[in-house]
Amino acid sequence: MQRSLKKYFPLFVLPTSAAFLIAFLAPFFIGLYLSFTKFTTITNAEWVGLQNYQRALDPNDGFLGSFWFTILVVVASVITVNLFAFTIAKLLTQKLRGTNIFRTIYFMPNLIGGIVLGYTWQSMINAVLANYGTTLVADWKYGYIGLIILVNWQQVGYMMVIYIAGLQNVPTELNEAAAIDGAGRWQTLRNVTIPMIMPTITICLFLTLSSSFKMFDQNLALTDGAPMDRTQMVALNIVKTMFSQIGRQGVGQAKAVLFVIVVVAIALIQLRATRSREVEA
Amino acid sequence: MSAPSIAENAAAVGGPVIAAPQEKRPGRPGRTVGLAAIYVLLVALVVVFLGPIVFIVLNSFKQKFSISSDPFAVPVGDMWAGFSNYITGLTKQNFLEAIGWSFFITVASVGVIVFFCAMMAYYITRIKTWWTTALYYLLVFSMVIPFQMVMFPTVKLADMLSLSNPLGMVVLYLGFGAGLSVFIFSGFVKSIPLEIEEAAYIDGCSPVQTYFQVVFPILKPVSITVAILNAMWVWNDYLLPYLVIGLSTRFKTIPVVVQQFVGSNGNRDMGTMMAMLVLAVIPIVIFYLFAQKHIIEGVVAGSVKG
Repeated sequence: MQRSLKKYFPLFVLPTSAAFLIAFLAPFFIGLYLSFTKFTTITNAEWVGLQNYQRALDPNDGFLGSFWFTILVVVASVITVNLFAFTIAKLLTQKLRGTNIFRTIYFMPNLIGGIVLGYTWQSMINAVLANYGTTLVADWKYGYIGLIILVNWQQVGYMMVIYIAGLQNVPTELNEAAAIDGAGRWQTLRNVTIPMIMPTITICLFLTLSSSFKMFDQNLALTDGAPMDRTQMVALNIVKTMFSQIGRQGVGQAKAVLFVIVVVAIALIQLRATRSREVEA
Repeated sequence: MSAPSIAENAAAVGGPVIAAPQEKRPGRPGRTVGLAAIYVLLVALVVVFLGPIVFIVLNSFKQKFSISSDPFAVPVGDMWAGFSNYITGLTKQNFLEAIGWSFFITVASVGVIVFFCAMMAYYITRIKTWWTTALYYLLVFSMVIPFQMVMFPTVKLADMLSLSNPLGMVVLYLGFGAGLSVFIFSGFVKSIPLEIEEAAYIDGCSPVQTYFQVVFPILKPVSITVAILNAMWVWNDYLLPYLVIGLSTRFKTIPVVVQQFVGSNGNRDMGTMMAMLVLAVIPIVIFYLFAQKHIIEGVVAGSVKG
């Protein structure tokens, strides 16, 4: 039976493979090659060795600065998003009436795209700041806090539904057993609930980590890096280097490769973390 | 699981109840106050989560000067602008066409992704050779890689292959969507017992018939998950359509028009901007109202797999 299916490979595999080759696979290797060249289109590349990487890492370039800013955003958003999402999920799994309606409402912002979301928050934050005679782009701290608020608004509902799914899988007997043993609420939370939903926590931590690390649309719409690129995240820095700075496409591509290395490293750590949790559970 | 019922259950099985004092008795007062506090909190959160949407809706009906002078006021009297902002937004910025292109690209891409990725996932899960395994890992790898890595070559390649049009976008989305979609489908195909397919073969079905008449119907629930995850992504995607088709004047999607109108000029018309933001949100809200249950389930399923 396997043999007869095998010959249908052009029908089953070829269309997706061809699209994958055009959209991702070929561009990935071309991109890797281009990072060592100077180019304006992919046909006029000239080999320059590691020059692009040196320029990308030059302290005057702003790339390293955007990395630091990204880390600040990632740390704050991973912590706040998960704390809020877990707390709300805990409230919504108390067997109260009407929790489904609340869940539906809290999740909704997650469906709105980064660009629309960014401008919605930009206009709202500016309306608030206008009372104090300032704007979102006057100080990088405003943009930073604004970005954290925006990310929370978008992601808390998403993480919340995952936490709810995790919490609902904790057998109620365990909570009862803990109560019988005399555990208070905090003790039950610390010693029963959290260890039981550790796989869920791992998933949520890495989902928020990778999505805030790669964030682009929200950053572009909210501040576009202003003031003076102080609120520019890595993805935005790369896109600007590539499309707005004349003759620096190669540097942009080198930055993209460095970005990939960091993102892949995070993904590998995630894989290990998930695997080891699976063994425990 | 609420505290009083734990105490009740514990009491019912005759266990010693050594909980905090107010938990010992499933008494009314403490419980009611706690409940009320939770509801107040939940309603406050509704305000937080819906606030920005209410804000843009209110302002989209305001005169543009009132938006800057009274941003949080309800549009009444002089402030009321009727639907003028919407009319300007829809006519001047080709927003109607953008809605059309967004719809076309999203629906076509999602259809193509579900159809072809399910087939590929079936094949590479059932036929185990070195190259199907390699293909699987390459697809998984592509999920992790940030778009910035491939964007320049992809755009140039799409140009060379005449894919810089809405139909070409569908091809590109199939390529980019394949990673997650094949991954989710494969996980599901693995759980389908081989006996079902063997029975179909014995009944005289060819592999193609077996797939379309037996396997694909079984894949329906996971197809919905894949469709929803991809629809949300394609509909909201900005950078790819901007770089591939957004620079021409003919084909623009909603996020591209919003970014170009709002992001480009300093002295922008706030009223029109608000109306455009609302128009961009409406289709999503309608979609959500109709498929809410599937969307939340799909997102949970997708995240646990991915």
